[in-house]
Amino acid sequence: MSKFGRPSDIPLWANFVLVPLINLTLAFMVSGLVVLAIGENPIEAVGWLLRGAFGNQEFIGYTLYYTTNLIFTGLAVAVAFHCGLFNIGGEGQAYIGGLGVGLVCLYLDFLPFGLIVPVAILGGALFGAAWAYVPAYLQATRGSHIVITTIMFNFIAASLMVYLMVNVLIRPGQQSPESRPFDENATLWSMHEMLGWVGIEIARSPLNASFLWALICGFLVYLFIWRTRWGYEIRTAGQNQRAAVYGGISPARNIVLAVSISGALAGFVGLNEIMGVQQRLLLNFTAGYGFTGIAVALMGRNHPVGIVLAALLFGALYQGGAELAFEIPTITRDMVVVIQGLVILFAGALENMLRPQIESLFRRGGPADANAQAE
Amino acid sequence: MEIFTLVVLLLDATLRVATPLILAALGGLFSERAGVVDIGLEGKMLGAAFAAAATASVTGSAWLGLCMGIGVSMTLAMIHAFACVTHRGDHVVSGVAINILVAGLTVTLGIAWFERGGQTPDLYNPDPYTGIELPGTAVTTEDAIRMVVDADPDDRLRTPRQVEQAIAGGDVEMAAQVEALTREPTPVIGWILGGVQDFANGFVDFVREERFTGITLPLADTVAHVPVIGLIYSELISGHNILVYFALLAVPITAWVVYRSRFGLRLRAVGENPAAVDTAGISVTWMRYKALMITGFLCGIAGTYLSTAHNASFVRDMTAGKGFLALAALIFAKWRPIPVLLACLLFGFLEAIEARLQGTPINLLGLTFTIPVQFIQALPYILTVVLLAGFIGKAIAPKAIGTPYVKER
Repeated sequence: MSKFGRPSDIPLWANFVLVPLINLTLAFMVSGLVVLAIGENPIEAVGWLLRGAFGNQEFIGYTLYYTTNLIFTGLAVAVAFHCGLFNIGGEGQAYIGGLGVGLVCLYLDFLPFGLIVPVAILGGALFGAAWAYVPAYLQATRGSHIVITTIMFNFIAASLMVYLMVNVLIRPGQQSPESRPFDENATLWSMHEMLGWVGIEIARSPLNASFLWALICGFLVYLFIWRTRWGYEIRTAGQNQRAAVYGGISPARNIVLAVSISGALAGFVGLNEIMGVQQRLLLNFTAGYGFTGIAVALMGRNHPVGIVLAALLFGALYQGGAELAFEIPTITRDMVVVIQGLVILFAGALENMLRPQIESLFRRGGPADANAQAE
Repeated sequence: MEIFTLVVLLLDATLRVATPLILAALGGLFSERAGVVDIGLEGKMLGAAFAAAATASVTGSAWLGLCMGIGVSMTLAMIHAFACVTHRGDHVVSGVAINILVAGLTVTLGIAWFERGGQTPDLYNPDPYTGIELPGTAVTTEDAIRMVVDADPDDRLRTPRQVEQAIAGGDVEMAAQVEALTREPTPVIGWILGGVQDFANGFVDFVREERFTGITLPLADTVAHVPVIGLIYSELISGHNILVYFALLAVPITAWVVYRSRFGLRLRAVGENPAAVDTAGISVTWMRYKALMITGFLCGIAGTYLSTAHNASFVRDMTAGKGFLALAALIFAKWRPIPVLLACLLFGFLEAIEARLQGTPINLLGLTFTIPVQFIQALPYILTVVLLAGFIGKAIAPKAIGTPYVKER
């Protein structure tokens, strides 16, 4: 079975830069055709998109706020990919992770601020990981296909959250299913506050401290996957289970480990959305970030650097798409969903389509291959 | 309400809700039995629902809508086949791509074409057709009133209701006019021609309808008053639209095709051991393409049902997880046709009961409690996970599922 972003016969830079760019170009070309089909000018649309994503400080702030969520979910998908598993349940894990963050902010807000942030991080991680643990455990010990079980867990999470918000956590005497607002103490600093302390004035936006945590997570994932024994074991189990067993590595243990970490990372979406932006618990705050994480991981070739860049790209599409809808009302943000689907199609499902052509491009004239052919 | 009536109505609702699940799950059965994982049932249904409702509202024909729905769904299935079979891409990734792509595309195109926030215009059926009139047939008072309305020279009368009110208000002239038009059928020949006329008019209605509506089976109204059987026949069996009956028919057909036909044998073999099929000189690729065509066909009907029969327009994200529920039913049924029907009916029943319960307290053995609606909503998914975990029987997937076949060179 083909593995995503597997090493191939082409140089590294081509695998990490050229291939994603070709896939992205294809996705944008087809999206351009859709824009043409609805009677608008694709070039003009791209112009508005870029202006909407990076046009001023506020827009950039929004772009990076979306990027934060997508770094978390992208990393989540990637960690599971490294173990050869497809965690399609990022959406549900983010939802339950947000619940964990929210519960900490609601019921442990007597803690000093310095303590509540790590506790909230822990809460999000634990709840997200717990929601991923069950499918992981079933996959590892009973062979239940993790793709199906994580899909099922997305739906179960949605029902559970509706139940909790409507019956348990709702603020008494209120119609809409939302919890009470968190105390000032239990909210994350926004970026304009933080930069204000060091004398830099920027426009207000939902961007908050969780963006920094996302970057730290990216670095930690890099260290974990490529610089620790656990990461090595996870990658081995993902590449070849039999070889892993032969080498004394337990695939079951690594499946549980990788998917739980994946769930914890997805759970951090709650940190940004619940603790940082909404500052209360509510429904549907995950808004499809879990699924976009799949596109982000595929684009980013499962490497944290690639994932941060791909998350930035999709963050820009989210924010630019929102502004684009103001300028050209016929193109709504759903166009971004189309692009997302096309990226997954070209970068994921059809990744083998152009591979022979790209490989032969490098083989031809390459000195090593020329020698090999001469022999 | 009498408990028996309640049960019949509940089962009636079950059938309506289960129909798209049955069709989509049977579609998934063909694909997965051939070794291709299909997460994209949801996307195919959604695409078909949009295409069908859009076509039906523009052309005014539910049948053209059905054709378009099937066409779009089959196209999506072919994209899946192209990615998974021809280019050996990951089946799950391809399915996810199709789901997301369709979710975005239907709304984008819907907004651009219909300017209703992603919804398609409501589908209305025209008044019953009465254009075919045969000599000697009965003309009832109702028919006569309609004829009076149609023939009104000043166009003041617009609805039969106005005529009825006029007669009730003492308009003798109007009453005489209606009386004159009413006639008893000529014995024998009139009865026969009357039947032919009703059938012909009904047929015209059937062909030109904008959305699929219920078909009253023969004698349904006549036996409606017979106790027990009458209610079962007239409510539960009769009165569904044609797609419901097709879904029920598709189950035995699928069972026959999969287990009794040569095609079915090859289909199952391709999913279990493609190398053996290849050795026998049968193209694995072509078999899987054919299987996915059937998947697309059935999902197309499922989607069409949602937007042009069960509802009267397309709304954004209208499948709302039904494709995944169908997938769950397929796994729950361990990839077999008859159990697929039962699993879909079970899931449909849960949905029907959930709509009816809505937090009503239940009194059982002296204990009063309410079952949370959300629990019933989540129950199909919980059951599927429990089954997959091997706690209630073991769900064993086709052996070669999800693995691309690489022909030996």
